[in-house]
Amino acid sequence: MNPPTDTEILSAPAADDPAVNPVQGIDQTAGNFSYKMDYEFDAGTGLSEKTVRYISTVKKEAPWILEFRLNALKQFFAKPLPTHWATKDLENINFDKIRYYLSQGQKPKRTWDEVPDDIKKTFERLGIPEQERKFLAGVEAQFDSEAAYSNIKDIVAKQGVIFANSTEALREHPEIFRKYFGKVIPTGDNKFSALNSAVFSGGSFIYVPKGVKVTHPLQAYFRINAENFGQFERTLIIADEGAELTYMEGCTAPKFSTSTLHSAVVELVALKGAKIQYITVQNWANNVFNLVTKRGVAHEEAEIKWIDCNIGSRLTMKYPGVVLKGRKARGEVISIALANDGQHQDTGAKMIHAADETTSNIVAKSISVGQGRSTYRGTVHIPKHLKGCKNNTECDALLINTNSRTDTYPAITVRGDANSVQHEASVSKVSEEQIFYMQQRGLTEGQAMSLSVNGFVNDLASQFPMEYSVELKRLIDLEMEGSVG
Amino acid sequence: MTETQNLAGSFSPAMFAEHLAAVAHLPAWWLDRKRAAYASFAALPLPKRTDEAWRFATLAGIQLDGYTLPPPVATAALGHLAIGVAKAGKFVFANNRLTASEAISPELSRQGVIFETLENALLKHGDLVKSHLLAHPPRQGSEKFSALHTAFLHDGAFVYLPRGVEVADPLVVFHYAHGHGAAVFPHTLVIAEQNAKATVVDFFRSADAGTHFACGQNDLYASHGAQLTYLAAQTWSPTTLAFQSNSTVARRDARVLSLNLHLGGRQSRHESHSQLQAPGAHTEMLALTVADGAQEFDQRTLQIHQAPHTSSNLLYKNALLGRAKTIFSGLIVVDPDAQKTDAYQSNRNLMLSDDAEANSLPGLEIQANDVRCSHGATSSRIDPEQEFYLQSRGITKPDADELLTFGFFEEVLSKLASPALHDVFHGLIRTKFKIVPPAP
Repeated sequence: MNPPTDTEILSAPAADDPAVNPVQGIDQTAGNFSYKMDYEFDAGTGLSEKTVRYISTVKKEAPWILEFRLNALKQFFAKPLPTHWATKDLENINFDKIRYYLSQGQKPKRTWDEVPDDIKKTFERLGIPEQERKFLAGVEAQFDSEAAYSNIKDIVAKQGVIFANSTEALREHPEIFRKYFGKVIPTGDNKFSALNSAVFSGGSFIYVPKGVKVTHPLQAYFRINAENFGQFERTLIIADEGAELTYMEGCTAPKFSTSTLHSAVVELVALKGAKIQYITVQNWANNVFNLVTKRGVAHEEAEIKWIDCNIGSRLTMKYPGVVLKGRKARGEVISIALANDGQHQDTGAKMIHAADETTSNIVAKSISVGQGRSTYRGTVHIPKHLKGCKNNTECDALLINTNSRTDTYPAITVRGDANSVQHEASVSKVSEEQIFYMQQRGLTEGQAMSLSVNGFVNDLASQFPMEYSVELKRLIDLEMEGSVG
Repeated sequence: MTETQNLAGSFSPAMFAEHLAAVAHLPAWWLDRKRAAYASFAALPLPKRTDEAWRFATLAGIQLDGYTLPPPVATAALGHLAIGVAKAGKFVFANNRLTASEAISPELSRQGVIFETLENALLKHGDLVKSHLLAHPPRQGSEKFSALHTAFLHDGAFVYLPRGVEVADPLVVFHYAHGHGAAVFPHTLVIAEQNAKATVVDFFRSADAGTHFACGQNDLYASHGAQLTYLAAQTWSPTTLAFQSNSTVARRDARVLSLNLHLGGRQSRHESHSQLQAPGAHTEMLALTVADGAQEFDQRTLQIHQAPHTSSNLLYKNALLGRAKTIFSGLIVVDPDAQKTDAYQSNRNLMLSDDAEANSLPGLEIQANDVRCSHGATSSRIDPEQEFYLQSRGITKPDADELLTFGFFEEVLSKLASPALHDVFHGLIRTKFKIVPPAP
C-alpha cells in the first residue's frame, strides 16, 4: 500500500500550471519519496470521531482527554477557514487525504541513495553531522538521540524539572498539567488550534519548579528525534515562580516531512517572576502547510520571549503571542522570516496587555527572495484603564528581486491616556551602494548580496544560540544563491 | 421582499422611485446607472463582524432606518455662516438642492473654467461628467454605501479647470442637512486638466441638531502637471451617521493635496482612495480628527502606486477626548513594477482621555523591490517632558496642554498655503475644545 503522494494530498490545480505554481520549473518532486508502509497503528486518512477515538485508545488516555478531543473535533468542523483575512491558499488543504496519526516507531524509512543530491549538498554546506543527516533526510527513523535526550532529562530531573511528551505528561502528572492544558489557547481559538486539540500527539510538556533556573537550553531537537516528529505537536511549558527556562525547537536543516499539514499548539505559562525563552527554527520542505498557534501567559513580573525563525514551508501562519496578565510582565517577539519562490511566510506577533505597567516589544524582519511573499500580521491590544503600558513594534522588510512581495498588516488598539505604543515599519531593498562597495573589494555580487542580507538580520540572529546563528547564516547564503543576476 | 427591505432600511424602492421622478430630466445613461446602483445597494448586505474592511467598527451603530428624503429648505433657515475667506465661487446646497450660489468671475468663465451644479453639468457637459463621475469603484468595504450614494445623488458641485488655468481663490461648496431624519448625498466632482491649479473646499454642516444621514462622495481628477488642493471640513450634528468617500486620480507629475477635518457626527466613516497612475504623480493625504463624547471616526485609506517614480505622503492625526473611538486603517499598495515608489503613511493618536480608544491598522502591500515605503503609528498622551518644560516657564498646565494639542494639529494645518483657510480650520478645531473642562 502506497501513501498518497504530496501532489495528491493537495487538491490544488495541477502544480505545473504556472499561473498556480510560481515555482514551476523547479523540480518539486525533489522532496517526494515513496516507501513501503506497514503501520501497526494507523488511523487511516481523513478525520472523523472514529479517528479521534482511535488515537485516544492507542494512547490509553484518561476519559477527560477523549472528551476534550471530541469537543475540539466538533469545533474544528464548525469553524470556517479564516480566508476572510488569510490567504485563499488554505483552501488547497484537503483534510480528507491527510493521515492524522501514525504511531511511534512506525516511521517510514527510505534509503540514503534515494535522497536527492541537492539535499545532500545542503546538509554538507550546513555542516550537519553525518548521523543527523540521515535522520533529517528520513533515512533513519530514530537518530541516535535517545542517549542525548535521557542525558538532559536526567540532568534536569535532578532539579525537579519534568520533561516529557504530551501523552506521558497527561497520564503521569495530570495534577500539574491539567490545570493549564488548553487554557492559554482555548480549543476554539481558531480552526487549527481546534484541529490540533482533536488529534494532538507528541510535543513536549515541561514543568520547572519554583526558583529553578535551567541552565541547559532544553532542546526538542533531541527529544523529538527520539520519537515520531510531531505533525500535530502539543507543547505546554510551565515555569513556576522565579523559574527560568530556554527551550529550542526545530533546527536549521531542511526537514523533509511526509505530511503536508503541520499544525502545532504551544502554550507557555510563566508564573510570578518566571522567565521563558522559546526559540523556533522552522525549515519544513516547500510543500508543507505550517499553521501554528503559539501563546504564553506572563504573570506578575514574568517574562516571555519568543524567538521565531521561519525559512521553510509552503505557507506558514504563525503569530506567537503573549498575554501580559500580571503587573510589570514583559513580552517579546523576535521574528525572522525568509520567503523564497513558492513560499508565503505569514508571521507576526500578538501582544495582549491585561495589567498595569506591562511592556512588550516586537521586532520582525523579513526577506523576500524571487517570487516569495512575506507578511507581517500583528495585534497589540491595550484595553481600558491600564496604566503605564508600553509597546514598541518594528517591522522591516527586505525585497531582493523585482517581483518579491511583502505585506504588513498590524492592528493596534489603545485605550486611555496612560499608555503608549509606537509602531514603525519599513520596506527596502539591498543598497546598491553597499553591493558596489563590496564588489569593488573583490566580492562577487552573490557574496555581496549574502553579506548584506546577513547584515540585515544580524542583530536578531545574534540573539540565537551560537550554533543556530551560524547555521542560519549558512542557510541565508544558500537561499541567496541564484537570486542575483 | 422583507429581506430586501431590511437591507435597504429607509431607502425603500418607493423612496427610490420618488427620487428618480425628481431627476427624470437627467440623461438616460445616468438614470440607468442609478437604477443599477439601487439594485446593488438593496442586494448588498450590511457590514458583518467578519469583514476585514470593517474591523473595529461599531456595526450596531450602522442602521439605515428612520431617514427620509428631506424637503427643500430656504437659505434663510440654514443659519448659514460666512467663513470670511475670499472665494472664486460658491455653492450652498441644502437637503440635496442648490439654495444659493456665487458664480465665478467672467474672466474665469472666459478661460473655460466651469463651476456648475452637477445637475446642470449632467445636462450640459454629459460626456465630461460621464467619464469622471464615480468612475472608481470603492475598494475599502463601502460598496453598499457607494451604491446608495449613486442611487440617490441629486445634486452637487462640478468643477472643470481647462489646461493651464489657475484659479487663485478657493472654490467653496457648502453641503447642509436640515430637519430631523434628513438624508443627504453630497457630491463634488473636480476635473483638472493639464497644469491647471485650484483649491476646492467642501463644508459639511448640519443646519440643526437633528439626526441626519449623510452619504457623500467626491472625485478628484488631476491630469498631467495639475495641482489640486482639496479641503473638507465635516461638522455634522452629534447624532448624524455619516459616510464619505474620496477618490483621487493623479496623472503624470500631478500633485494633489487633500486635507479632511473631521469634527462632527455620531459615527463617521471616511474612505480615501488615491491612485498614482503615472510617473511623477504625488499625493499628500492629510486628516485631522477631534473626537469627543461617544463619537466614532472610522478612517480607511488606500494609496495605490500604479506607476514607477510616484510618491505619496499620508499623515492622519487624531485627538481623542471623552469616550471617543477612532479607527485608522491605511494601506499602501505598490503594484508590480512600480519601482522607485516613495510612500509614507503615518497615524498619530493623541490620547487626551482615559476612556478613549484608538485603533490603528497601518498596512503595506509591496510588490516591487526598489521602493521606499514606511509607515508609523503611535498612540500616547501629551509628552510629559514638553508639558513640564512649559510649566517650568510659568504656563499653567491647562494652557500648556492646549498649546501642545494645537501644536499637534499645526504640523498638518501648516501645510495649507492659504493663511485665511488655515485660520478657518484652526477656528473650527477650537470650537471643539471650548467645551472641554481644563485638565486636572
